[in-house]
Amino acid sequence: MAANQLMFILFSIIIVTFSILTVTSRKILRAAVYLLFVLVSTSGLYFMLNYQFLAAVQLTLYAGGIVVLIIFSILLTSHISQKTEPVGWKKSVFSALAAIAGAVLAIITILDFNFSATLEAAQEVSMKVIGRSLLSTGEDGFVLPFEVISILLIAAMVGAIVIAKKGGPVKSDSSTLNHQ
Amino acid sequence: MSTLMFFIGVYGFLTRRNLITILMSVELILNSVNINFLAFNRYLFPHKLDGMFFSLFIIAVAAAEAAVAIAIIINIYRRFSTINVEDVNEMKY
Repeated sequence: MAANQLMFILFSIIIVTFSILTVTSRKILRAAVYLLFVLVSTSGLYFMLNYQFLAAVQLTLYAGGIVVLIIFSILLTSHISQKTEPVGWKKSVFSALAAIAGAVLAIITILDFNFSATLEAAQEVSMKVIGRSLLSTGEDGFVLPFEVISILLIAAMVGAIVIAKKGGPVKSDSSTLNHQ
Repeated sequence: MSTLMFFIGVYGFLTRRNLITILMSVELILNSVNINFLAFNRYLFPHKLDGMFFSLFIIAVAAAEAAVAIAIIINIYRRFSTINVEDVNEMKY
C-alpha cells in the first residue's frame, strides 16, 4: 500500500506544518487561512479513510462555516494588518515545554500498546446505514444523541443571538446598579 | 499524528493572547480528536460505526460552541474595545 502510505504521510506533513503556522503566526488573518488549510487537509484524510459523508460534513461545516465565522469576527474586531504582539519569552518556553512533555507522554503510551486489528469484515458506510442508525433505538441506534444535539443547537442559536444583541442588558444594567 | 496536532493546539491555546486565536487553537484540538476517533474506528473496529457517529456529534458540538464563543467575543469587544485576554480583567479581584 505504498501509495496509501505516501498520501497519508503527505497529508500529515501538511496538517502538522499548517497547524504549527496557525498557532505561531503574528497576523491573525494568516492564522485563519492556515486553519482553513488544516481543515481541508483533514477532510482529505477522511476521504482517504473512506468516510465520504463525514468528509463532506467536515468541509461544509468546518471549512465553510466556522472559518467563515472566524474571519467575520476577525474583520469585525480588529484591524486587518495589525500584528499581534509577540508573546513573552518565558511564557512561550514554558507552554512549549508543557505541550512537548504531554506529547511525549502520550506518544510513549500509544507506542507501547499493541493494537490488534480484528478480522471482521468492514461495514459499508452508505447513506442508508447512516440514516437508519441515526434514527433507531436499540443496539446500533443513535437517536438519543441526535435529539440531544438538536436541543443543543437550538440552545446555542438562542444563546448566541441573546448575547450578541445590540444595546442589550449590558449597558442598562450597569447604570441601574450604579444608581442603587 | 493526531497527538502532535492535539498538543500543537494546546500550545497555541496557552500561548496566544488574542481571543480569536485561542478559539482557533481549540478548533485544532477538536479536529485532532476527530481524526483519532476515525482512525481507530477504521483500523480497529471496521465492523462498527460508533467512532464515525461520535465524530459527527463532535463536529456539531464544535460548530455550536464556536458560534457562541464568537458571540461572546463580539460582546467583549463592544465593551472593552480590545480582545486581548490580559485586558479583560474587570472582574479580577
